[in-house]
Amino acid sequence: MEKAAIVGIGQTKYERRKSGEIYYDLVYEVTTRAMEDAGYTLDDIGDVITVSNDFWDGRTISCMAVQEAAGAHDKNVSTVEGDGTLGALYGLMRVLGGSGTTLIVAHSKGSEGDPRVITNAMFDPVYHRSLGLDAVSSSALQASAYMSRYGVTEEQCALVSVKNHKNAKNNPFAQLPMDITVADVMKSRKIADPLKLLDCSPVSDGAAAIIIADEKHARKARKKPVWIKGAAHCADAYFLGDRNLAEAASLREAAKKAYAMAGIGNPAKEIDVAELYDAFGYMELMWLEGLGFCDPGGGAGMTESGKTAMGGPIPVNPSGGVLSAHAVLAAGLARIAEAVLQLRGEAGSRQVDGARTSLAHGINGPCGQSHCVWVLGKD
Amino acid sequence: MASWLENEEILTRKGQIAMPYAWSVGEVGSRFLVGLRDEKRILGNRCDKCGATYVPPRKNCGVCFHDLPDDGWREVGPEGVVTSCTVVREDSPLAPAKAPFAYVIVKLDGADVGFMHVVRDNLEKLAVGVRVAARFREAREGSILDIDSFVIL
Ligand SMILES: [Zn+2]
Repeated sequence: MEKAAIVGIGQTKYERRKSGEIYYDLVYEVTTRAMEDAGYTLDDIGDVITVSNDFWDGRTISCMAVQEAAGAHDKNVSTVEGDGTLGALYGLMRVLGGSGTTLIVAHSKGSEGDPRVITNAMFDPVYHRSLGLDAVSSSALQASAYMSRYGVTEEQCALVSVKNHKNAKNNPFAQLPMDITVADVMKSRKIADPLKLLDCSPVSDGAAAIIIADEKHARKARKKPVWIKGAAHCADAYFLGDRNLAEAASLREAAKKAYAMAGIGNPAKEIDVAELYDAFGYMELMWLEGLGFCDPGGGAGMTESGKTAMGGPIPVNPSGGVLSAHAVLAAGLARIAEAVLQLRGEAGSRQVDGARTSLAHGINGPCGQSHCVWVLGKD
Repeated sequence: MASWLENEEILTRKGQIAMPYAWSVGEVGSRFLVGLRDEKRILGNRCDKCGATYVPPRKNCGVCFHDLPDDGWREVGPEGVVTSCTVVREDSPLAPAKAPFAYVIVKLDGADVGFMHVVRDNLEKLAVGVRVAARFREAREGSILDIDSFVIL
């Protein structure tokens, strides 16, 4: 792959309800932040990719409504309906295709719709939708399959929430910085067994943007570019019954491709910090395994031993992760933005010392149907 | 914040999108749903290349990318084993049952993929590995809910 870099990022603070701002405002806020971060003007932006979902926005062809907020006036603009990491992947393709620079901006306001109704609509209308499944209950089925396959306990899954909410205290953008204990998670309200309220990510409003540039344009950016070493994705079957829900097979495949591009042989040793899409506590354990940071079934032990905590050999979600702020679609771009901050040494009190290689990960579809893996490097 | 907002508040516009659809169930899906409705039988179909039996049945095997043959149709279940389950603790306007009830993925006897449905009773006995059987409704209309639920054996 020709060299390409992330040269600008912007995030909003993530909140339960941003009543003062419409989603257009959020897109404008992060677009201007990312351009300022890159030291770019509108003339420096080759094209624009927006990431949105009609059901979350309550508007068809929802990208149309944010064009002017995204600096896309008179530009080539197109849209990805999926996680922000997939929008970024398309953006990378545009840059490699000769656009020079591409701005990718993702937004959602979970507070404005009904997440249960919206996520129910991702299921097949003939066979599954009338069962009433949604993002939480379907993920509970995955947690059940995974935990029974590997003998993982609810307390072990709770460790992820404890760690990530604590990490969020160091992230000014996070929605739920909290000191909680495993006991707090265990006694929180039961939603769909084994998932309890504190195992679940919150409903959030927010947006994030990044700017990707080819080598020539990256040299013009205000800050040192963060280089894209590898980026790949893979999707599993649509029907949950067709998948082995206890394994993240498509993550393993996406990671293998991204590592091959990046020349990573031993991810557990070579990745210094990772930002993963932990929509539920159990997911982080599964994704650790799918990314090859440990053996299948080893995610709980790795977490218990503190390896993924701040100060451990591979801190996971120093930002607090998706458990601490879950603006759907934007959440994947936020992972990339955080992975960039870590390599710039700009992550403030959530900085992982000496980080040279970071990993960002996003998911799309029920129970992590598809996964997108990014490996970023300082040099 | 603009100064005029000191004495005013941001307004909210409430609305709802309710759009009717008439989705064709297609030939494969119709044969399956008619089986539920008229015969209380759960039909799957088998790929003659890899041998996998799908339920609900499919037009083609996604793995082999190969048409599923007409003579591959067969009855599966009505019994099977639970491969994952969750007891839902909160009511949802979308669910076919009041909480608590359970979602299950069942590997029906004779099938190679999981089948998603609900369990209503004896939830304390529900676990991965238990055997269940489909219970049909008396009044059936050619829908996935012609199966009322799965009961624990
Ligand atoms: Zn086949």
